[in-house]
Amino acid sequence: MDVLRITTSGSVDDGKSTLIGRLLYDTNSITQDKLEALHNASKRKGLDFTDLSLLTDGLIAEREQGITIDVAHIYFSTPNRKYIIADTPGHFEYTRNMVTGSSTAQVSLILIDARKGIVEQTYRHYYIAQLLRIPHLVVCVNKMDLVDYEQARFDSIVNDFKQLQANSDFQAQTIQFIPISSIYGENLVTNSDKMAWYSGTPLLPYLEQIELDFAAERPARFPVQYVIRPKTEQYHDFRGFAGKVASGEFKIGDEVVSLPSNHKSKIKSIEKFETQLSSAHANDSVVITLEDEIDVSRGNLLVKSSNIPEGLKEIAARVCWMDQQKLTPGKALLIQHGANRVKAKVQSIDFVVEVTTQRILDDKKELGLNDIGKIRIKTAQPIFADAYEQNPANGTFILIDEFTNATVAIGFVSEA
Amino acid sequence: MSNIQWQFPRALEDEAIYILRETAAQFERPAILFSGGKDSITLVRLAQKAFHPGKIPFPLLHVDTGHNFPETIQFRDWLVETLGLELIVRNVQDSIDQGKVKEETGKYASRNALQTVTLLDAIEELKFDACIGGARRDEEKARAKERIFSVRDEFGQWNAKMQRPELFDHLNGKINIGENVRVFPISNWTELDVWNYIREENLAIPSIYFSHEREIIERDGMYWPYSSFLNTTEEEVPFKSKVRFRTVGDMTCTAAVVSEADKLEDIITEILAAKISERGARIDDKRSEAAMERRKQAGYF
Repeated sequence: MDVLRITTSGSVDDGKSTLIGRLLYDTNSITQDKLEALHNASKRKGLDFTDLSLLTDGLIAEREQGITIDVAHIYFSTPNRKYIIADTPGHFEYTRNMVTGSSTAQVSLILIDARKGIVEQTYRHYYIAQLLRIPHLVVCVNKMDLVDYEQARFDSIVNDFKQLQANSDFQAQTIQFIPISSIYGENLVTNSDKMAWYSGTPLLPYLEQIELDFAAERPARFPVQYVIRPKTEQYHDFRGFAGKVASGEFKIGDEVVSLPSNHKSKIKSIEKFETQLSSAHANDSVVITLEDEIDVSRGNLLVKSSNIPEGLKEIAARVCWMDQQKLTPGKALLIQHGANRVKAKVQSIDFVVEVTTQRILDDKKELGLNDIGKIRIKTAQPIFADAYEQNPANGTFILIDEFTNATVAIGFVSEA
Repeated sequence: MSNIQWQFPRALEDEAIYILRETAAQFERPAILFSGGKDSITLVRLAQKAFHPGKIPFPLLHVDTGHNFPETIQFRDWLVETLGLELIVRNVQDSIDQGKVKEETGKYASRNALQTVTLLDAIEELKFDACIGGARRDEEKARAKERIFSVRDEFGQWNAKMQRPELFDHLNGKINIGENVRVFPISNWTELDVWNYIREENLAIPSIYFSHEREIIERDGMYWPYSSFLNTTEEEVPFKSKVRFRTVGDMTCTAAVVSEADKLEDIITEILAAKISERGARIDDKRSEAAMERRKQAGYF
């Protein structure tokens, strides 16, 4: 059974929470007691219908203000697959949470209010879906009931969006436009009678048929998380390297190199608890043992000798800045890439992207909260990252403030 | 019923093992918060797998309210013995005796909220910098907002509005002195995922999860296990019925469901058909819509 991760984005009041509530409702994922609680909460708010958005707004402040502040994770299953939705805030000031929720998604679901068309937030969400190279995009034009289910309105929004898409540097992303009314459940699970002019697939059946790409062709990368040395009688000389394969494939007998030491060895065994495996693939948590006693510790990267990444001491990267305190050149930080954490210093800020217009502002030399820009970083020890576009699983890092310990940025390694 | 819903998505196990290894590597002194319930039993299994053939590098911490089902305690001791684990127990009764907390009164009295104080004291005394819990985001809507590494301040408080962003699988466990982290490796699992895992892994669980005959009373449309810990009124006359429990909490705040399910397969069938959510049987959550968020702010795990 596979897992499909979706991120939902939308502006204030465009019906995102209602849409999710509806998907849960229509897949029988809401139990009776939760429904009753919803009825009661809706009544207390003076509503004459059951407000499904109350299901996802989990915090007191969110219910008070009727908005989503933080990422919420929501789960439902069909007989076909398990779905994880990261429901992210639509407000500008919570963009960092939107990037967070999008980071593991295979599908980005963007909502547009049919009455309003593309708004500032749509550009922002689309830009983030591009930056993160999310493979599939679904654009739901919602509140079709409020524009009399008119095809012309839908077509015009689709056209506007396609113009936006024409300028994208990530044309491999699949895109599907669906006219919906989340409050009435139109085109969510079954085809809507009210929009017979729409010949495409409704939302849920569309999600059901999306194929997951496991990118087997990517270079093999294994960040060592933990060294297992039981020192028991039975396993006296056992030295295993525990980690999760980031990308590619490792097989017994493969010649591997440990970075940064550059020592070579061969894979002796690949183990998962009591099972001996012949190979391990992306996302498998395994223990690897080697033929030779070479020095390998946490933070090292095992790679196949046929494809060795370059050790970078100067990194160019797109970053999304997530801290109140602005980033300026010269700032000292920690960079965490895989299981490796080293000191780093920001050398320069090349430019800031005005996300809504995708304009490059190269005279801006600082990054504020929620800004996205390109920076250059110098690191104390080499980082063995790939460019994000070549190999996403080994192409991101976080920046940590040494004094507050907060995660202050996510970075995507650029080619130059 | 489709067969697929009987399958455990293995990607969730890989993710949980990854989180446990990060916890062992990034913290000085982690502990597994162990209640004897199915979620913490699952955690123990995952930890076993994460560090095999080595030993689990953390102790189990059980905050004992004194109102546990005796079956749970028996099971706990059996598991610890069988797997050769280290168990640390701290008692809510001690916190009461020290005057740190006050026993609730009335027919709804429960020690569930009191255990937060005992837990925070234990964390301070034993200098745990990371506590691994079996909470899941599908349980309750405030929990849906939780991070995998959730930072708590010196007072154990959760600040929902100031959470660290978690991106891709980068986990940042760096903390200031006095702070600690709650780690939730099975955040992305649902109740059904846990049951399917227990079935596929053939894990032992306390007997109260299976149908058995028990004295119960009816209150507020729910069946409460009758015990000396429960304050009852004269009208609440105990009677015997075949029941089981979907969740293992205190005897004072865990409702029973009438059930004949005596095998894991039957339990899963029952959950697939259930009309009531798992926490719907947790009387402590019924106190208000924001009950869980308020308890989490106060340091509840």
